[in-house]
Amino acid sequence: MSSTQKKIAGILAVVAVAGVAIGFYVVGVWLAGPKAYRPPVLAGATPTVDLTLQTDAAAGPTLAANPDWVSYFVLDSTNHWRHTTIWTLPAHATIHVTIYQFDGDSGLRNPFMAKVRGTVGNTMTLNGETTDVINPNDASHTFAVPALDLIVPLVGVADDAKNQCGFGPCPLSTAHQTITFTFETPGKGRYRWQCFVPCAAGFLDGFGGPMQTLGYMDGFLNVV
Amino acid sequence: MNVRRLIGFNLLTGIVLGVGGFYLGWYGGHWLINGLDIKSLDYFGDTDQNDVSLFLAYLLGVIGFLVGLGFANYPLARLRGYPSSLREKETTGISRYFGLSTDHKVVGMQYFVGIGLFFFVGGLNAMLIRFELLRPEPNVIPAGNYLTLVTEHGTMMMGMMTSGILGPFANYLLPLMIGARRMAFPRIEALTFWLLMAAGVILISAVFYGGVPTGWTGYEPLNVQGNMGMDAYIMFFALVGISMCLLGLNMLATVITMRAPGMTWTRLPIFVWGVISTAVLMLLAAPVLIAALTMAAMDRTVQTSFFVTAQGGSSYLFEDLFWFFGHPEVYILALPGFGIVLELMAVFARKPVWGYRLAVAGMLGVSLLSFTVWQHHLFVSGINSDLRPFYMLSTELISIPTGFIFVCAMGTVWRGRIQFTVPMLFCLAWVFNFLFGGLTGIFVSDAPSDVTTHGSFFVMAHFHYTIMGGLIFTFFAAIYYWLPKMTGYMMNERLGKVHFWTMFISFNSTFGPLFALGFMGMARRVVTYPTNLQPLNDWVSASAFVLGISMLVFLYNLVYSQLFAKVPAGANPWGSRSLEFQLPSPVPVHDFDRIPVIVGDPYGYGEEGAVVARPAFAGAGGQP
Amino acid sequence: MRRLGDGRRIALIWLVTTTVAMVLVAVFLAPHLPPGNGSKEASGQRFDNEVLTLTSIPLITLIFVYFGYVLFAFRDRGDGAGDGPPIRGHIRVQTAWVVGTTLTVLFLAAFGTYELLGGAGGGQGSSPVFVPAAEAATPGGPPVPPLQVQVIAQQWQFTFRYPSEGGFESAQFVLPVNRQVELHVTSLDVIHSFWVPALGVKADANPGVDNVAYVTPTRIENVRFECAELCGLFHGYMFDTGRIVSQSAFAAWVKSQRAFVAPVTKYLPKYSTSYLPQPAFRAG
Repeated sequence: MSSTQKKIAGILAVVAVAGVAIGFYVVGVWLAGPKAYRPPVLAGATPTVDLTLQTDAAAGPTLAANPDWVSYFVLDSTNHWRHTTIWTLPAHATIHVTIYQFDGDSGLRNPFMAKVRGTVGNTMTLNGETTDVINPNDASHTFAVPALDLIVPLVGVADDAKNQCGFGPCPLSTAHQTITFTFETPGKGRYRWQCFVPCAAGFLDGFGGPMQTLGYMDGFLNVV
Repeated sequence: MNVRRLIGFNLLTGIVLGVGGFYLGWYGGHWLINGLDIKSLDYFGDTDQNDVSLFLAYLLGVIGFLVGLGFANYPLARLRGYPSSLREKETTGISRYFGLSTDHKVVGMQYFVGIGLFFFVGGLNAMLIRFELLRPEPNVIPAGNYLTLVTEHGTMMMGMMTSGILGPFANYLLPLMIGARRMAFPRIEALTFWLLMAAGVILISAVFYGGVPTGWTGYEPLNVQGNMGMDAYIMFFALVGISMCLLGLNMLATVITMRAPGMTWTRLPIFVWGVISTAVLMLLAAPVLIAALTMAAMDRTVQTSFFVTAQGGSSYLFEDLFWFFGHPEVYILALPGFGIVLELMAVFARKPVWGYRLAVAGMLGVSLLSFTVWQHHLFVSGINSDLRPFYMLSTELISIPTGFIFVCAMGTVWRGRIQFTVPMLFCLAWVFNFLFGGLTGIFVSDAPSDVTTHGSFFVMAHFHYTIMGGLIFTFFAAIYYWLPKMTGYMMNERLGKVHFWTMFISFNSTFGPLFALGFMGMARRVVTYPTNLQPLNDWVSASAFVLGISMLVFLYNLVYSQLFAKVPAGANPWGSRSLEFQLPSPVPVHDFDRIPVIVGDPYGYGEEGAVVARPAFAGAGGQP
Repeated sequence: MRRLGDGRRIALIWLVTTTVAMVLVAVFLAPHLPPGNGSKEASGQRFDNEVLTLTSIPLITLIFVYFGYVLFAFRDRGDGAGDGPPIRGHIRVQTAWVVGTTLTVLFLAAFGTYELLGGAGGGQGSSPVFVPAAEAATPGGPPVPPLQVQVIAQQWQFTFRYPSEGGFESAQFVLPVNRQVELHVTSLDVIHSFWVPALGVKADANPGVDNVAYVTPTRIENVRFECAELCGLFHGYMFDTGRIVSQSAFAAWVKSQRAFVAPVTKYLPKYSTSYLPQPAFRAG
C-alpha cells in the first residue's frame, strides 16, 4: 500500500471513529430525556381523560434514578405507577385529576399560590370537601400550569400521622391526602407544569434538584 | 512500538494517574462525609449530590494527571538536591507532542490541536442549539438538557478561546519574533497547555453529573441550586484561570527579559504589542475569577453564604466579581486580533504599519480602560442609578482606542500594493465584522438603549460579531499565514478562498438577523420564543449550518494541504520582513543559529537600505 | 505613481453616501426602531436608538467607501512593482481622527445621560435618582403619585402585588393607560429580570432587593412580558401577556380581582419592598 493510500485509510478511520463518537454524544447526552405517557381518552360529547397522580417524599429506588428526591408518579392503564411527568392529552378536553398526596408539608414561599385558580369552578375537593384555598403553611406540593393560569395547592400529610410512606411509589394504605379537580385543555401546544412549593430538601430555596429536573416535580402537558 | 517509551512520563501515564486520582478523591470524599459525620453536610443525603467528593475527585485527578505527565520531576529533583536541567528537547517523532515538552514550538502545535478539538466540540454544541431553535416549542432537546447545552457551548468557547491566539501562535512565534530561543518559563508554558486540556475534559464531564443550569456566567444564587455538574463548571474555570494567569505571566516575562540585543520596544512587531496588552489582562483579571469561584465552591459545599441573600450574602457580589474578570476577559479575546490584523496588513500592502505608536497606544489604552467598565453588565440590575452615567462614559471611552486600530489599518493600506491572499481576506473581514461588532457595542453601552437590549439576542449578536467575527476570523488569518512556517507546507489557496467566502457570508447571515431578533424581544438562553419569530430563527439556523460546513471545508484544506499536497512553503512565502520568516520552515529545534543583533524594525518596506538585523541570515532566503 | 485627488475623491463619495443614508434612515427606519412608542420611556429609547444609528452612519459609510476605493485603486496589479511607499504616519490625520472620535463619544455619553434623566424604564435600585416628574390625573389638576405595582419574581412565574389597592396579589399584569407606574421588582429566590419589550421596561429581580423602575404606558394594547435573566429550568417559559387598559377598565379589573383572590389575601405577608421567605434550606 502506498503511503498516500495509508494516509487516506488512516483519515477515513479517524472520521469514522469521530462520527460514531459524535453520534453517541448527540443522541446519548443531548437527545435523551423522559418519555411521555398518554392516558386513555374516554369517549363522550367532549373528550374526557382521568388522570391519577401521586406525590411522594422520596421517589424510591425501584423507578427513579435519584431515589432520595421528591417525585410525582402517574397511574397507567394497567394500574401500575409510572415515573414520568410528561403526559399527552387531547385538545379541548375535560381532564379529571385525582392526586394522592403522601408527602409532609413544607409551606409555600409565596402564600398567594394557596388559592385554587384555573380549575372548573375555581375549586378543588380535599378529602371530599370542596374548597378554594388552603393554609399556605400546610402546602406540600402544587400542581400548576402557569400558561393556563391553573394552580392547585396540595395539602401535606400531618407530621404526627400514623403509617406514613417511606419511599415511592406509595400504596394507598399509607397516610395520604386525596385531592381532585377538573380542568379543560386548550388548543394544541406544549404547556409546562411545575410544583411551586420549595420541596427539594437540601437545595437552596428548596428549588434545586427534583424541582429543576423533568420527571420529578416538573413536566409538560403535550396537548395534541 | 517501543513499549519502554510508552512507560514513562507522558500522556498515557497522565491519564492513568489522573483517573486514579479521580477515584481516590471520589471515594475519599465519601469516606470524609460519612466517616466524620459533619452535621452541616447532612444535606448531601437528601440531595443525592456530593459536591465535596466531586471537587476532591477533580482536584486529585488533575494532580495525578500533571504528575503522570512529569511536572513533578523537576521540583522533586531539586528538592532532593539533584542537579536539574531542562529536559532534552526531543528532535523527532510524534511522541514529543504527547507529553511535557519544553520546546515552545511543540507547545504551540499542541495548543493548536488541543484548542482546535475543543473548539469543534463547542461548535457542535452550537449546531445543536440552532437545530433546537428551528421550532418555537421544544423540538428534540428536552428542556433540562437545553440549558446545559447552552452553558457548555458558551463556557467551552470562552474558556478555550481566551488562549486561542496566545496559546498556539504566541507560544510558537513570540521567541522568534523577539530573537530568543525559548520562552522565559518553558515548563510553565507546558503546564498552561495541559491544565487547559484537563479543564476541557472536566467541563465535558459536567453532562454526566446533572448538567449546568446557569449559562457561562454562572450567576448566583442559581449557582448554589445547581446539581453536581456545577462543580465541573467551577473547576473548569478555576483551571482555565490558572492557565491564563500563568500564560500571561510567561508572555510578559519573555518579552521583558529575553529580547535580542537591539530589539527596543519600538522595534517590536505590532503582533507582540497585541500579545503584551493581552498578557497584562490575563495576569491581572484571571485571579479575580479564581477568587469568585472559590467562594462559589464554598457556598456549594460547606454552606458559607457569600452569595446567598437570605443568609446575609449578596447576589450582586458575584455579579461584580465575575464581571470585573469578565470584561477584561472579552478584551483578552479581542486584542490579539488587533495585533494580527495590523501585522498582516503591513505585509500584504507592502507598507509599514501606519501610526505604529498610535496603534500601541490604542492597544494599551483598551487594556487599561477595560478594568473600568464592568458595571455596564449591571445597568438594569438595581445598582445605584447614579453609577450608570459614569460607566456609560467609561465604556464609550473604550471605543476611542479601539478606533485607533481602524485608522491604523486604513493608513496601512493607503497607496499600498494590496495582495488579496487568504490571510489578507480574513483581515479585511475583521474590519467589516469588528466595525459592526464595535458599533453595536455603542448601542449596548448606552444605558437607555441597554434597557431593551440587555439579556436579549442583540447582545448575543454583538458579542458574536466581536468575538467570532473578530477573534475567530483573525485566528484563521493567523493559521493561513503562519502554519506554513510551523509545518513547512502551504495551505491550499483555492480551498482557502472557498473556506473564507462561505464562512464570511454565512457568519453575517447567521448573526446579522440576531440583532433584529433581540430588538423584537427575544431573550437569551430560551428554548421557546413567540411564533412570529420563527421564520427569522429558521433563516439563522440554516445559515449556522452552512457556517459549520465552512469549518469542515477548512478541515479538509488542512488535511489535504498538510498531508497530501505538501507544497513546500520555503522560508518566506509572504515576503515578510519579520524575524520569524528569516528562519527555515519548519523552524529548526534550536531556532536561531546565532542570536541576531537588531538594528531596525520589521516594517522597512519601501525604505532604501532598511535592515532588520545583523548579521544577515545566511541561506534562509529572506530579506537582509 | 502619485495619483492626485484620491483623498478628495473618497471624501466626496463619503459625503454624498452619508447624507443619503442618513436621510433614508431618518425618514424610513427611525420611526420604526424598537422599542416603539408603547410608553413614554419606550419613545425615549426609540429616539435614543435613532440618534445612535444616525451617529453610526458616517463611520460605517467612511469604512465602506474608504476600503471599497482603496482596495480597488491600490490593489497589486502583479506587475512586480515592489513595495509600497514607506508612509509611517501622518500627524494631522492621526490628530483629526483622535479628536473626532473623542468628540463623538463624549457627545454620545452626554446624550445618553440626558435620556437617562427620566429613568428610561430601567431598574434603578432601591433609591432611584432619575425620577420622572409626577403628573396630573386630569389636565390642570394636582399631580398624583405614581401607581405602585410590585413585581414578585419567583421560579418560574411573575406575580404582581398592588399595595394601593388593598395589597392583593395577582398573576395577571394589568396597568391603566396614561398613568405613571412605579414598578418595584424583587425576587423570592434567584436572579430574574422583568422585561416588557413594548413598554421599554427592564429591571432585574434580585432576592432581598427592591429594584424600582418607572413607566407610563401610552397605548391600550396587550404586552408580552418575559424573564430576561437565566433562572433555571423553565426560564424560557417565564413569560405571559399583560394588558394595558383604560382607567375605568382598570378600576373594574381591580374590583373583580380583589374579590376573586380575597380568600388568600389574609395569608399574604404584610406588603414590603422585599421578601426573604425562610428557611433558605429545607431539611429532608
